[in-house]
Amino acid sequence: MPRVVKSREEFEGEVYESLVLVEGRDLPLLDGGERTEIGHERRRVDGTARVTGRARYTQDVYLPAMLFVRVLRSPYPRARVRRIDTKKAEALAGVRGVLHRFNAPKAAFRGEDTIFREEVRFVGDEVAAVAADDEDTAAEALRLIEVDYELLPHVVDLEEAIGDVAPRLETDGNVAEASTHKRGDVRKAMKEADAVVEATYRTSTQIHNSLETHGAVASWDGEVLTVFESTQHVFGVRQGLKMALKLPFSKIRVVCDYMGGGFGSKGGVGKYSIIASLFAMELGRPARCILTRDEENLAAGNRSATLQQIRIAGKGREITAIEHTSWANVGQGKWVANPTGPTNTLYDVANVSSKSYKVVTNAGALSAFRAPGYVEGTFALECAVDELAERLGIDPIALRRKHAGSPKDPLSGKRYSDKHLLECYRIGAEEIGWRRRRNGGMRGSAPHRHRGLGMATQIWGGGGGPPAYATVHLNPDGTVVLTAGTQDIGTGTRTVLAQICADELGVDLADVHVRIGDTENPYGPISAGSVTLASVGPAVRIAARDAREQLLGAAAGVLETPAGELRIDGGVVVSKGARTPLSEILGKVENNTVIGKGARHPNDPELSQRTFGAHFAEVEVDLRTGEITVEHIVAVHDIGRIVNPLTARSQVEGGVLQALGFALTEERFVDRATGRVMNGNLENYKVPTVKDVPTKITVKFVDRPDRRANNLGVKGLGEPPIIPTAAAIANAVANATGARIRHAPLTRARVLDALAVAEARS
Amino acid sequence: MPQVPSVNGAALRGPGPIDIALTVNGNAVSARVPPRRTLLDTLRESLGLTGSKRVCDEGTCGACTVIVDDRPVYSCMTLAVACEGKRVETIEGLAKDGELHPVQRAFVDADAFQCGFCTPGQIMSIVALLRATPAPSEADVRRAVAGNLCRCGAYPNIVAAGVSAGRRRK
Repeated sequence: MPRVVKSREEFEGEVYESLVLVEGRDLPLLDGGERTEIGHERRRVDGTARVTGRARYTQDVYLPAMLFVRVLRSPYPRARVRRIDTKKAEALAGVRGVLHRFNAPKAAFRGEDTIFREEVRFVGDEVAAVAADDEDTAAEALRLIEVDYELLPHVVDLEEAIGDVAPRLETDGNVAEASTHKRGDVRKAMKEADAVVEATYRTSTQIHNSLETHGAVASWDGEVLTVFESTQHVFGVRQGLKMALKLPFSKIRVVCDYMGGGFGSKGGVGKYSIIASLFAMELGRPARCILTRDEENLAAGNRSATLQQIRIAGKGREITAIEHTSWANVGQGKWVANPTGPTNTLYDVANVSSKSYKVVTNAGALSAFRAPGYVEGTFALECAVDELAERLGIDPIALRRKHAGSPKDPLSGKRYSDKHLLECYRIGAEEIGWRRRRNGGMRGSAPHRHRGLGMATQIWGGGGGPPAYATVHLNPDGTVVLTAGTQDIGTGTRTVLAQICADELGVDLADVHVRIGDTENPYGPISAGSVTLASVGPAVRIAARDAREQLLGAAAGVLETPAGELRIDGGVVVSKGARTPLSEILGKVENNTVIGKGARHPNDPELSQRTFGAHFAEVEVDLRTGEITVEHIVAVHDIGRIVNPLTARSQVEGGVLQALGFALTEERFVDRATGRVMNGNLENYKVPTVKDVPTKITVKFVDRPDRRANNLGVKGLGEPPIIPTAAAIANAVANATGARIRHAPLTRARVLDALAVAEARS
Repeated sequence: MPQVPSVNGAALRGPGPIDIALTVNGNAVSARVPPRRTLLDTLRESLGLTGSKRVCDEGTCGACTVIVDDRPVYSCMTLAVACEGKRVETIEGLAKDGELHPVQRAFVDADAFQCGFCTPGQIMSIVALLRATPAPSEADVRRAVAGNLCRCGAYPNIVAAGVSAGRRRK
């Protein structure tokens, strides 16, 4: 009988209590012995599809008689749409429909009741959409739409929006308190401290620039709406479409077979999916609305720029207090990520006071970007910790060690399910050669080049939790189909789930076919917050065990041997002295469908499940040009058991490289006067290229199962590797040059400015 | 018969859609395309070859890289009409008789992709490199894919795959 139980899950820094439906019993922790698949390097099971061009992404879905949709976007950061004239556009041959605020049906979207606002609020806000027989015609029609805008005062810059003279975009003003935390007595600790560092840090807006832009292809057969969407959560898109279109779940199917990157920005339904669906339902032809690169840079989300003030106090060899205030530019977003999260939870510091503010501006809305808040906050916190260590005259790792070993979450007071952060420090220091570190840095490869070492810590969630379900179908020929409602966003989900299934069931990896990315499958959570493996993996294991037990029951009957004397190994049923292929057993049973079911069981509500890690950086800085060369990054993570060391390593390298962009080159520029994004393309917005890769990236895992996390002892890895890299680099630069750069990215101009300041001081 | 206008003996065609003939992955194909249509859109929409990806559509990312007469080109910056009579190779044409091309095999072995969206372009750039430089160094591979962005950050494995593909072809 299914029953309802309480669970406690962490998602992107926030903790949620929930009720979940489970059935049966959880499995005990996977034993520590050698496994056939789990813990081994395996090539991706979908590798061939991806290297042959056969993998079908949303962009590759072309349906018969499909319409192409293009969106007219506001050229102004804030304006009232007074009138729209679409006569010329509609007269253009090949144009089949135009939607805008005066004719579109109401559709709920993120707390509003329309997708075309009367008051457009950023350059890129949706004003109208055209469906046409081909893309060129749709684009041409956009130019023929005449819009009468009444311009309104706007503000795009974070610090300007906080100030008194900026136009108020919300009735309560532009600034809203989002979260706050207090423990101990910060004021007293500051007064009694040996040293207090007070500093302001800034991080710029980072744009995801997933290579596959956001988009959807919708098709309506009069009964069921099918939407192909590049998404991290097919069920989330279904929910969004239900709200917007008022269709029941049974009439909406969302499919995402392959997707070309999301990094947090593809968490739910987009206006493009609703627009495509409206056209498909109204015109009776499939409709495709896929953003251009330009649009992607305007209206598909970003990591908020932040302004952060930190006061950190030390006494003797310890941190005694931290005060952290953050303001984040969420553009037209309705929420804010929390940069003070790491400050509240990472170190066991007795006195903490933090506040996080959301600031609205006339810029595109934020969306989650790989460890939202934590990347920005860790940059500030971990730079400040180094600044304090320097003031106290102690080694930065020694200072951190004092506060990093606690087995309790200082925010909730609950015990961690597991924690090996000090081990990460030990491994990382060894790998980077921390003993070489000297105050004032080291000699570089030329007289004008200085070399330095730095490090930083990361804390993140990734414990996952219910609900997540899986089924395992065993075919009469011994092949297996694993079905789950999750999606593979490039992290290797298909591969690790196939490994878990093959390992538990006792079949070859090649015999497991994985079907995911479809709302026709059992529910799966959003592929975000690093929760996928720890949520879905344990359910897959239970489903495979269920199938195995049913199969052994069948085999016992066929072989006339007690099930207890049978086992499955490499797709063969092994009994005393006999080996019978699965296909032979299943072929003999008349009702030969074996279906195993599994559900993720709840987390222990008394525990805090976290991932930990530390990154170390060795850099050279050219004092003449301000150029930073990252020579070596060491990334060490404590994320429980590693299912596939090959794909895990790739994920860490990828996180390091995306962090390198945040640390050194990536920065959105918005013109204050016009509100336009000045570098909304891949030419001028600088994502790292192959030539920016550090000479060496060393990836290490503690690789110990978290025995209290779930039946596999696994936790997530998507976000941890992007969190501490920027601070590690900034700390290495400070070590190398004596100059502290408090604004990420650490561009050459900022490095040169900081060098000039440091020189003037000395 | 209306006279076909010409410049220096070459026929001028357009401005409406025109028929072009070219070779794609060894097959003679024809397509009716407006003169402004890119090779990328022609491959994807007229010929159903969706392996080449449209990421920037302005020559800044390399996801649409294909090989035209043995040279790697950005197909979003190449007009279809400019490929009349030329040999075009795309990701779909690399595997022969179900056998992956050595570069494809090397990408799978080295885990040289995550989401896989840039992968066809990366592979085509390296295939073109190997024809000119059969045993490339790491620096050679880096230069060959310097115009191919990967947002997942698979670069270290892409470089490793390129070098090992060269080795195994020797």
